[in-house]
Amino acid sequence: MDLDASPMTDRVSLREELEAVGIEEILTQLDRELIGLKPVKTRIREIASLLLIERIRKRMNLTTDVPTLHMSFTGNPGTGKTTVALRIASILHRLGFVRRGHVVSVTRDELVGQYIGHTAPKTKEVLKKAMGGVLFIDEAYYLNRPDNERDYGQEAIEILLQVMESQREDLVVILAGYGDRMEKFYASNPGFRSRIAHHIDFPDYSNDELLAIAELMLHDMNYKFSDEAREAFIRYIAARVTQPLFSNARSIRNALDRMRLRQANRLVADLDRMLDADDVMSLQASDVLASRVFLKDKS
Amino acid sequence: MRITQGCFSFLPDLTDEQISRQVQYCLEKGWAVNIEFTDDPHPRNSFWEMWGLPMFDLRDAAGVMMELGQCRKVYGNSYIRMSAFDNSHGWESVRLSFIVNRPKDEPGFRLERHEMAGRNIRYTTKSYAVDRPEGGRYG
Repeated sequence: MDLDASPMTDRVSLREELEAVGIEEILTQLDRELIGLKPVKTRIREIASLLLIERIRKRMNLTTDVPTLHMSFTGNPGTGKTTVALRIASILHRLGFVRRGHVVSVTRDELVGQYIGHTAPKTKEVLKKAMGGVLFIDEAYYLNRPDNERDYGQEAIEILLQVMESQREDLVVILAGYGDRMEKFYASNPGFRSRIAHHIDFPDYSNDELLAIAELMLHDMNYKFSDEAREAFIRYIAARVTQPLFSNARSIRNALDRMRLRQANRLVADLDRMLDADDVMSLQASDVLASRVFLKDKS
Repeated sequence: MRITQGCFSFLPDLTDEQISRQVQYCLEKGWAVNIEFTDDPHPRNSFWEMWGLPMFDLRDAAGVMMELGQCRKVYGNSYIRMSAFDNSHGWESVRLSFIVNRPKDEPGFRLERHEMAGRNIRYTTKSYAVDRPEGGRYG
């Protein structure tokens, strides 16, 4: 298949090449829309540069083999693994390392069957759908259930490994999951570790970053904090991160949804009032402070 | 005798790259591409066996080519064809089919004449291959 229509040359302007594929756009979008995640962004820039050079080398007839592009994303819940996977897919697509640039996101359910002979067709069907794009396996460590030796997960893993090796030019696999469990998963499946070139670790967000994320989310939803509400929300974040089951940006999103609920309730309580756009847009301190997080804080 | 049926059958056999491009065309049209095989070459044989399940929701031909590779390993000496099914309203039928694999040796057909009342003759075509039982027709 003719992936690279550009002619063979021995001199290439890097800038022109960069502009031609348009990845700079995606990278700046990544910088703008994703807050924090410094190590991740640096790593993606590195990968993008490598692939750009690889693409130029291909045109100069210097390349030997398709580089291994399978990746592993580890990090706590809500640190942006899925979002980054989508961006990676479009970067790979622009550079011509995957043909279609779509992302097929699956979990154990879609790969592993329920009875003998069910797993292989199921896994293959997912692989076929993902061909030409990126296969994103969320919570990949569930594939392997070491406590149950008759588990069909191992069969799915074997098929995956085989395709990851033999059809590298057709498919990029991204495994994602929480750090410690992925570590155990790789330890029991050494085949995976060696077939994955890029291990990217997603750090937790700092409190300031979480606030920035909240503001960005609110902006997208056409809401805003009043000044007092922002103060209250800073305290909310500080209290929430210490509580169990905190999942970074996802928890923030849920908190915002509950605040919108309380705001709506507060507005509806006073039926005789005339509302303006500012009223329906702004979240007040009382909407934030009514949260259960503060209750626990006091007790 | 070389069997001609479906698209492209008067052309030389398609190479894998050509097959893959045709499949990609079908996928871009939103058709589901399926693999079928048979060892009964009669042109009126419309019931071919299906290799695996119908492949809906594919984006790239590589997935179909992978299945074709596996089908060839098992039925390399039979007829294999691709059929592209259009499930959109009003069509709901096969839009394109073409042979992608054929036996090494195709013995062809003989013409049988049945003499009827009044010196009428009825003609039947019969493949030499089907003289042997199913599964053993092409060595």
